[in-house]
Amino acid sequence: MLEALQYEFIQNALLSGILISIAAGVIGSLVIVNRITFLAGGIAHSSYGGIGIAIYLGIPVLFGATVFSIIVAIIIAMLTLNDKKRIDSIIGIMWATGMAIGIVFVDLTPGYNVDLMSYLFGSIIAVPTSDIWYMFALDIGIIALVTFFYREFLTISYDPQFAQLRGINIKFFYTLLLVLAALTVVAAIKVVGLILVIALLTIPTYIAEIFSNRLSKMMILSALFATCFTIIGLSISYMYDISSGASIILVAVTSLILIKAVKK
Amino acid sequence: MKNIIEVKNLSFSYKKSKVLENINLNIKQDDFMAIIGPNGGGKSTLLKLILGLLKPKTGEVNSSIDKNCIGYVPQNTNLNINFPITSLEVVLMGHIGGKRPLFGYSNEEINCAKNSLEKVGMLDFAQTKIGNLSGGQRQRVFIARALCANPKIMLLDEPTASIDVKGQAEVYELLKQLNKTMCIVVVSHDISVLLNYAKNVAHVNRNLVYHTLENMKNNIQKDDEHLCEVELLAALGNSHSCGCPNEH
Repeated sequence: MLEALQYEFIQNALLSGILISIAAGVIGSLVIVNRITFLAGGIAHSSYGGIGIAIYLGIPVLFGATVFSIIVAIIIAMLTLNDKKRIDSIIGIMWATGMAIGIVFVDLTPGYNVDLMSYLFGSIIAVPTSDIWYMFALDIGIIALVTFFYREFLTISYDPQFAQLRGINIKFFYTLLLVLAALTVVAAIKVVGLILVIALLTIPTYIAEIFSNRLSKMMILSALFATCFTIIGLSISYMYDISSGASIILVAVTSLILIKAVKK
Repeated sequence: MKNIIEVKNLSFSYKKSKVLENINLNIKQDDFMAIIGPNGGGKSTLLKLILGLLKPKTGEVNSSIDKNCIGYVPQNTNLNINFPITSLEVVLMGHIGGKRPLFGYSNEEINCAKNSLEKVGMLDFAQTKIGNLSGGQRQRVFIARALCANPKIMLLDEPTASIDVKGQAEVYELLKQLNKTMCIVVVSHDISVLLNYAKNVAHVNRNLVYHTLENMKNNIQKDDEHLCEVELLAALGNSHSCGCPNEH
C-alpha cells in the first residue's frame, strides 16, 4: 500500500482529495445551513452542459465547466432571489437543461471517444497537475473570502431579514455563495464525479453539525472529516480496484451511520 | 416629549389587497407602545414599514434618529433551531454594519456583546448553542442583539409567541427595565399581559386605522385618575369591533 505513494498519479490523487475536501468542508457547511443542497446539486448536474461544450470546442474541460456553472449559478441566484417559492422548479429545469445541452454537444462532437463515465463518477487517479493548481487557488480564494466576510455570511445564513435591516447586500452574498458552490462542485467533479459531488458536500458537514456550536467550527470539522473520508476511500478504491468516488461516498455514509448510532 | 417616529397618512398594500390605510402614529421617546389587532390586520407590516424593510405606497415614516439606532427583535426566533451558532455570536451580529476588524471580532465588540448578554441575564449561556436554549432565553438573546446597537427605540414583533407563561413574564419585566432608557414598541396578541406594561396601545386592523389610548386615557382620567385593564379593553371594543365577545 505505502509503496503506491511513490507514483505521481497517486500523489496527485491524494493531494487533490485533500484540497477538494477543504473547499467542500467550508462551502458545504454554508450550503447545508442555508438549506440549498439541491440548489448545489442542480448546479453540479447542469455543469455537464459546460463539459459537453468544452469537448465539442476542444477547449479544456475544467475551463468549460467552470464558466458554464458560474453562469448557471448566477441565473439560479437571480431567479430564486425574485421568487423563493419557485426554487424547486427552477432547480429541476436548470438541472435537466444543463445535462441535455451536454449530451447534445457530446453527440455532435466528431470521433467522440471521451470517457464520460469519468465525469459522472470521477476519476481521481487521472487528475492532472493543472487541476491541482486550480483546486489550490480555489481553496485559497474560498478561505480568504469566507474568513473576510464571515460575519456577513453568518448573518445572511442565520437571519436574512436582520441582514437586510442592517444594510447587508443579501443578493450579492447569496450570489457569491452560489458561485463559490459552483466552483467547488466543478473542482470536485474529477474527484467524485458530478453525480456524487453532493454527497461530499453534505455528509461530512452533516456529521460536523452534530459536534458544532459554531459555524466556523463546523467548517473546520467538515473539512477534516471530508479529508479522512477521501483518504480512506481512495485507499480502499486502490486496494480493491473500485471507483474512487463511490468508495469515498460509501466510507462517508458508513461513518455517518456509525456516528449517529453511537450518538443516539 | 419629542416624537422619535412619526407616521403620516401611511398606506400599504401587498399586490392588490390593501393592508394598511391612512395610518397616523406618533411614537415618543419614553413610550412603551403596544400594537395590537387581529391576525392579518397589518401589525407586522406596520412594524416593517417603520423599520424601513418595506416602502410605503403613500404617506411617509419619519424618524428623528439614525436608522442604526433602531433595535429590532424579529417575530420568529425559533427558526433555524439547528443552526450551529452560539448566543454570543447571535449578539455579535448586532454590531454588523459598523466599524470592523479585518478578520473575526474585535475585543471591543465581544465586550459589548457580553455586556448586552449580562443586561438580559444570559451571560452564563454565552457559549451555548442557540437551539439548546428555551424559547424565553432565546428571546432574551435576541433582545441582547438589538441592545448592541445602543438603540433609542426597540421594536419587538410578537416577542412572547410560543414562550411559556414564566418566560413571557420574564421578557416583559426585562422590557419594563429597558423602557427606563429607551422607547419600546411591542406587537402582540396577548393583550392582558401586555396591558400591565404598556403605556399606550395602538389598535391596527386590516384596512383601517390606528388607535392610541393616549387620548382616551386623558378623557377618562378627568373623572378617574386610574385606568384599569377592563376599561382599556372596553374602550378599544367601543371604537372597534374587533370581535372579542368578553369586552362589554
